[in-house]
Amino acid sequence: MIYAIVFLPLVGFLIAGAFGRWIGARASELVTTGLLMICAVLSWVVFFDVALGHDHGYAPIVGNWMTVGALKVDWALRVDTLTAVMLVVVNTVSSLVHLYSIGYMHEDPHRPRFFAYLSLFTFAMLMLVTADNLVQMFFGWEGVGLASYLLIGFWYQKPSANAAAIKAFVVNRVGDFGFALGIFLVFQLTKSLGFEEVFAAMPGLDGKTIHLFGMDVDALTMAAFLLFIGAMGKSAQFFLHTWLPDAMEGPTPVSALIHAATMVTAGVFMVARLSPIFEHAPAALEFVTLIGAATAFFAATVGLVQNDIKRVIAYSTCSQLGYMFVAEGVGAYSLGIFHLFTHAFFKALLFLGAGSVIHAMHHEQDMRNMGGLRKDIPFTFAMMTIGTLALTGFPYTAGYFSKDGIIEAAFAAGEHHTTAMIGFVATVVAAGLTSYYSWRLVFMTFFGHRPAHPVAVNHSHDEPATEDEHGHGHDDHGHHAPHESPLAMLVPLAVLAIGALGAGYVFEPDFAGHAYAEFWKGALYTGAHNEILHEMHAIPQWAGYAPTAMMVLGFLVSLYVYVLKPGSAPALAGAFPRLYQFLLNKWYFDELYDFLFVRPAFAIGRLFWKGGDGAIIDGLGPDGVAARVADGARLAVRLQTGYVYHYAFAMLIGVAAVVTYFVAGGLR
Amino acid sequence: MFGFGILSGVIFLPFVGVAFLLTQKGDDEASLRNIRWATLATTIATFALSLFVWSGFDTTSAAFQFVEEKNWLGSGLVYKMGVDGFSMPFVLLTTFLMPFAILASWTSVEKRVKEYMIAFLVLETLMVGVFCALDLVLFYLFFEGGLIPMFLIIGIWGGKRRVYASFKFFLYTLVGSLLMLVAILAMYGKAGTTDITVLVHTWLPDAHVEAPTAGSVILAAILLKMGGYGFIRFSLPMFPDASTHFAPFVYALSVIAIVYTSLVALVQEDIKKLIAYSSVAHMGYVTMGLFTLNAQGMQGAIFQMISHGLVAGALFLCVGVIYDRMHTREIAAYGGLVNRMPIYAFVFMLFTMANVGLPGTTGFIGEFLSLAGAFQANSWVALIATSGVIFSAAYALYLYRRVIFGALDKASLMSIADLTPREIAIFAPLVLLTIYYGVQPQPILSATQASVDNLIQTHTALIDAIKLAAAGQ
Repeated sequence: MIYAIVFLPLVGFLIAGAFGRWIGARASELVTTGLLMICAVLSWVVFFDVALGHDHGYAPIVGNWMTVGALKVDWALRVDTLTAVMLVVVNTVSSLVHLYSIGYMHEDPHRPRFFAYLSLFTFAMLMLVTADNLVQMFFGWEGVGLASYLLIGFWYQKPSANAAAIKAFVVNRVGDFGFALGIFLVFQLTKSLGFEEVFAAMPGLDGKTIHLFGMDVDALTMAAFLLFIGAMGKSAQFFLHTWLPDAMEGPTPVSALIHAATMVTAGVFMVARLSPIFEHAPAALEFVTLIGAATAFFAATVGLVQNDIKRVIAYSTCSQLGYMFVAEGVGAYSLGIFHLFTHAFFKALLFLGAGSVIHAMHHEQDMRNMGGLRKDIPFTFAMMTIGTLALTGFPYTAGYFSKDGIIEAAFAAGEHHTTAMIGFVATVVAAGLTSYYSWRLVFMTFFGHRPAHPVAVNHSHDEPATEDEHGHGHDDHGHHAPHESPLAMLVPLAVLAIGALGAGYVFEPDFAGHAYAEFWKGALYTGAHNEILHEMHAIPQWAGYAPTAMMVLGFLVSLYVYVLKPGSAPALAGAFPRLYQFLLNKWYFDELYDFLFVRPAFAIGRLFWKGGDGAIIDGLGPDGVAARVADGARLAVRLQTGYVYHYAFAMLIGVAAVVTYFVAGGLR
Repeated sequence: MFGFGILSGVIFLPFVGVAFLLTQKGDDEASLRNIRWATLATTIATFALSLFVWSGFDTTSAAFQFVEEKNWLGSGLVYKMGVDGFSMPFVLLTTFLMPFAILASWTSVEKRVKEYMIAFLVLETLMVGVFCALDLVLFYLFFEGGLIPMFLIIGIWGGKRRVYASFKFFLYTLVGSLLMLVAILAMYGKAGTTDITVLVHTWLPDAHVEAPTAGSVILAAILLKMGGYGFIRFSLPMFPDASTHFAPFVYALSVIAIVYTSLVALVQEDIKKLIAYSSVAHMGYVTMGLFTLNAQGMQGAIFQMISHGLVAGALFLCVGVIYDRMHTREIAAYGGLVNRMPIYAFVFMLFTMANVGLPGTTGFIGEFLSLAGAFQANSWVALIATSGVIFSAAYALYLYRRVIFGALDKASLMSIADLTPREIAIFAPLVLLTIYYGVQPQPILSATQASVDNLIQTHTALIDAIKLAAAGQ
């Protein structure tokens, strides 16, 4: 069954990719979507067997990949509770996104390609989550990166989409650089790359120092740190986050699937999967907490002022991923995965809801040009509201259980580590900010009135490739009344809304409650002193209520600024112009990196090329000789004796050199 | 036949084709067609014969197989041929790629077709000879001889600056090989020979740019490998002490090659030059891997050579496709090709990804293994070399974006046509092999395993012996 789950999307990719041109768009859609539906159902079956049932999991080996000396890597499909959770998340969201895309993309002429990419992505993601060794994980890791690159750049006519696609791939490669080094270090330490062997070797390596990069470092801390750099890239954490907002250039279903629910959570999954390594590297865990806290706070502040509906949600995703890392950093891996699980539902719901709004507004993405949509698209409005409730952690919605759990765990761990307390403060503040920007989105989009004169927007829109083919271009939005989306788009919203409401309540005992042990069956490793899940229930009451209070506060401020006193938002921005610009420009990270890395790379490249290659190596060395010989050769050419003559001449020099050498050597 | 074995058959079979070509006179269509088909048939037959050798090859043995030995020039000089795990893959790579080189020149070479084809067949003989020769002088003769046809191919059928490029190519490689001759004859393990292939890389972009497509393919896929092969065959086993001693030097040159040429590749304005620089960067992994002297590093390096032969060869073919249509290699002259050439865009994408080492392609295996080996030998080297994965992604995708993506708004490109069936036939096997050996690299890895293990063991033993001797003094 696991074979079917993993390989059916590949089949779908091959059919739609190779034959899409002949079988047509409709057939491609149906084939890929149908196969994904099957996968989703099977994934739930696996989830019930392995996670909720008594099956302890399995890891069938598909075949050998490579064996070189001690390095042995197999293709295998590992299934345990952690994998089962990911299978459910990936395939549920993916199948719904496939279905949704039938409606959303129906004007696009390149649909077979689109669905092929979606299925390719799903296949790579499944290879990632079923990996039984670090190299196969890396295969899936890079594979989803490729699919992400292809899908962000799906509308290849748009220069901004192409730029965003490259940025995503290259920034991810920076993370992969760390990941790869981490793999090499693990191999050096354990002489194996399979999870079982590596994990078994961990206790023996506790506290071992090695000499690396000219320093004596704790081996496992270094390994965990390097591997986590990979997670930072893929999960768009602070310093390596810059690609995620730009990735919104891709079609909206892609944003929902890849850049909210699945691929960006791969880093969270990785840390959980490698918990046996991280548990032996407490210093690295503190680093994880700090990065997570910084991201949760930073992304939430930037989200406050963005006007593009998708970018607000993108920053929200970035921030929520920070929460997951805070959880893992304090040792509560199960809460990290729990939040990953619930987040997949409500964030996919929000993205697909945003897609429905964009669809209704004829590819308008700027929220300043929206307003009052609750009357035009009431169903989408209801769904978006559910998503927002879940995201902000309204009691008994999905986010309430997972997010508040993380904040409590951070507080509990704060008694041992300062970093965890930083994590607590950052996540509580971010909870307020999250509530503010989420409701701001709802109020700007669904309440108030649409402006008579749309704001000219300088960033690009979410729009299909061919303007003429879909009939309504830009100039005429506002003339059409916004319309509710087709059923293919609304059904996925409804399904996700059920998850956003109920996933927390239903699964809380399993993920982090009393059924923890029977549910995980050892898929997550926690060290002997890791009691975080118990300690978090012993925190003072005020700390438990803090996130809910912040949520209410954020809601009230947002309500005041955007509904009760419209027009106060620009005034607020005017009152703090520097801060506003700082946030609007995303803390100037792009400018900084451009200055620090991009320009120097090109400048150095040019310098090396013209200065180094051209002048020094060629000019002084062989090229100077070449010039002389070329002079001679020109004579030779004129004599019509051609190149052979020249060759013989050079040979002569060679023989002379050898003879000289021997003579000289003989004299010694 | 004359007491020669099957290996000599593989080496000299192309000469049979040459003999036939020499009988062809005239420039009319019919004889041109004869010439092309005869050459293609010859190269395919040679490949088939080398496959036959492969089928009888015992991968578990580190010894030379199919050995032939004849007295040749009196006492010391013998005609001795054989293959082991190091050379077998290269023989196959050479004979496999030759038909593609011929097909790539099918229509693009118009003048002196006969001479061109003869040059290629002679080149094939000499290249296979290099990989099979077990006698140093013989090796040197084949190696040096190989320069002549390549020099002619660049000089006569190349681009505008072909003469300059061919001289440069010739001079650099000649200097390199003269040094090698010195080294061979003196049996003196100067690691100074290493800079032949690593530091002195500037000839490569020029030679590539001016060479005809098929010339570039052969240059990148096979000739470039001879340096690495030379290391495996001679430097490492014969001069173990020097190899260990100069390893840091080689590492330094390798990582410089990787980072430096990657940055230079980033700013290139000529497609072919960009890929040529990328080739140099990839060869940096090879030299680095070989000198790690551990199983992962060395097998990775050899795999990387094979993989690079496929991938870089294919990338040069990709450039050839659009060069044949537009007669320019300027990146700026292209853009938006995907609109009219979707199949081409797919093929180019696949090889671009293989070039940046995406797992699932052959490019990954070579890079991953050689880096894993390097990490065990020297973590700094691995750190800097691994940064190459970032640079390669940057320059390769940046190239792809400028050539393939974007809107098709250049008037000259409006009527450009997608791949012809002949071109698809060229690319299809390369695409399949790049993926197949990326997922299932074991056949190649096993072929080299016994020889690599043997080399490492011998090397360790020798180093120990030297240490012991030093301690005894």
